[in-house]
Amino acid sequence: MSGSVLEIKDLHVEIEGNEILKGVNLTIKGGEFHAIMGPNGTGKSTLASAIMGHPKYEVTQGSILMDGEDVLEMEVDERAKAGLFLAMQYPSEISGVTTSDFLRSSINAHREEGDEIPLMKFIKEMDAAMDYLEMDKNMAQRYLNEGFSGGEKKRNEILQLMLLQPAIGILDEIDSGLDIDALKVVSKGINKLRSESFGCLIITHYQRLLNYITPDYVHVMMQGRVVKSGGPELVERLESEGYDWIKQELGIEDVTVGK
Amino acid sequence: MAIETKETYGKEYIETFSQQKSEPNWMRKFRLEAFDRSESLAMPKPDKTNITKWNFTNFKHQSEAEESAIESLDQLPSDIKVFVDTEKEDQNFVLLRNQVAVYETLDPTLVEQGVIFTDIFTALEKYPELVQRYYMKEAVAIDEHKMTALHAALVNGGVFVYVPKNVVIDKPLQAIFWQEDQELALFNHVILVAEENSSVTYVENYLSQNNEQETVANIVAEVIAHDNASISFGSVDHFARGTTVYMNRRGVAYRDATIEWALGQMNDGNTVSENVTHLIGDHSVSYAKAVSVGRGDQTQNFTAKIVNHGKHSNGIILQHGVMKDSSSAIFNGIGKIEHGGTKANAEQESRVLMLSKNARGDANPILLIDEDDVTAGHAASVGRVDPVQLYYLMSRGISQKEAERLIIHGFLAPVVNEIPITAVQEQLTQVIEGKVN
Repeated sequence: MSGSVLEIKDLHVEIEGNEILKGVNLTIKGGEFHAIMGPNGTGKSTLASAIMGHPKYEVTQGSILMDGEDVLEMEVDERAKAGLFLAMQYPSEISGVTTSDFLRSSINAHREEGDEIPLMKFIKEMDAAMDYLEMDKNMAQRYLNEGFSGGEKKRNEILQLMLLQPAIGILDEIDSGLDIDALKVVSKGINKLRSESFGCLIITHYQRLLNYITPDYVHVMMQGRVVKSGGPELVERLESEGYDWIKQELGIEDVTVGK
Repeated sequence: MAIETKETYGKEYIETFSQQKSEPNWMRKFRLEAFDRSESLAMPKPDKTNITKWNFTNFKHQSEAEESAIESLDQLPSDIKVFVDTEKEDQNFVLLRNQVAVYETLDPTLVEQGVIFTDIFTALEKYPELVQRYYMKEAVAIDEHKMTALHAALVNGGVFVYVPKNVVIDKPLQAIFWQEDQELALFNHVILVAEENSSVTYVENYLSQNNEQETVANIVAEVIAHDNASISFGSVDHFARGTTVYMNRRGVAYRDATIEWALGQMNDGNTVSENVTHLIGDHSVSYAKAVSVGRGDQTQNFTAKIVNHGKHSNGIILQHGVMKDSSSAIFNGIGKIEHGGTKANAEQESRVLMLSKNARGDANPILLIDEDDVTAGHAASVGRVDPVQLYYLMSRGISQKEAERLIIHGFLAPVVNEIPITAVQEQLTQVIEGKVN
């Protein structure tokens, strides 16, 4: 099976009247790993949230297509069913709903009514993925993200990614707040998904995640646009030289937007 | 049709009714005195809810239906049977159908230990002195207002639970009050007494289907925990739309005693429900947990109140309500620490989740403290389903409806999970499901 294609064209996004994205163009295909880098406040997370349909972000111009279908016309759950997945930087805490119940509802949402995943099969799959991510099994019975440490929340996002196996995964600063051991485990989970049918967009402002997950393409965002694209060699240059050379090249003084 | 109270249910009626039930003389006198008092007493005035136009008079006091005993629980209709763990044998169970006891069973070893679990009329007949000792004495008084007086005058059902000293009951006791007759009023009286060092779990269910026919439920539960006793009291109230409900559940805890409440307040009609616990003894404890769902155009008023009298007494209130359609509800949370209750603790949390624009919910936290050396706290909130939570759940493919359902169940889970009988817990979940969808 060949993968899906996510196309982002001239995307403009506002939050509370402030324009954050000012014309983003990006195409991600199955089998490709893309990294978006850039300093804080340049619109990276806004891009992720706008693709998934966060209620606070308003798309004012441009389009997002998933295999040619208009994503902006879809409700959030329809976007997920079309194959999109966002591992969030700040996942919500949902009191009273166990992680296990939530995972099962999520898996069943992708299946036809009457074809729900058998309980034993679900538990087996969940246990296997939790083992792979070196997670405490008790977490399944705890309320969703409630009282989870930063690291537990990130692992829980990757757990969902592994169980739902989307066509396109977007990882929004999945490395922030992780110690090196946790980072390795999370990377292992993401790398396991690498295949022709899985495309991935990795948002980070640290290079270190990309030591464990090698991207095929690297993009740099500043001022709400993709200002530079290249291959993995771009990561190395950013690691050694930082962002200043790009700013100089483009004549940018303040990289941020919407302030 | 049912008939106005005054004309039909006067002193003459009460006297005859009491005789038919072969009640002891004290009970007959008690009823008549209560009736006299009811005529001059005013109606209760629940905070911020006007009940003056509610139906408290249109009802029928007895059902014409002849109730015959039920041989086994398998004979129960399915909507009652779901509340019972019928697979488990040796259950402790009382079923009142139209206020007539049709099924009673109690583990013989408990009977040997002196445990009493029977309907109120049988208790009055067999243990008149014991009933008299507790009947509207320590917890609820007949003259609090018109409703308590009318209750005392017209009691037509209930159960009596008595747990002797040092008896620890592992299996829960369950009572089901099934108002099958659509016009029948439930003047139900529950007494639960746990003697020193005893322990008991009791769960009750109220059920009716009268969506159109009007009637009244005027219910008093008196729960007494003697020194070092422990009582866990669970309920699912599910009267239909036609029943106006006045519910008064009151606890009294003596030294080192604990009373835990887990109340599922799921009535569909107008309801005033108050749950008050007096922590009389030093080191006594009460956890009062309640959930409710309002729907349609019903109006409800809930009070959860704990009064700390004893030193080091600890009262914790948690009430969560979900409001939809054009229903409205007031959630009063009252923590009161009396003078002398040093080192007492009064905590409360009231949360209301609004599901529609037309629904109204009001959390009303009150702390009344008459002692210096105490701790107290309150938290209250009224809000809508968080759109970011919905977004998170939906981003995994879950539909908005299912996401809302998960959030609502999660919101009510802290109380639902406390219900002691699995079958009842599952039924409460079903009832909630039915009410929120």
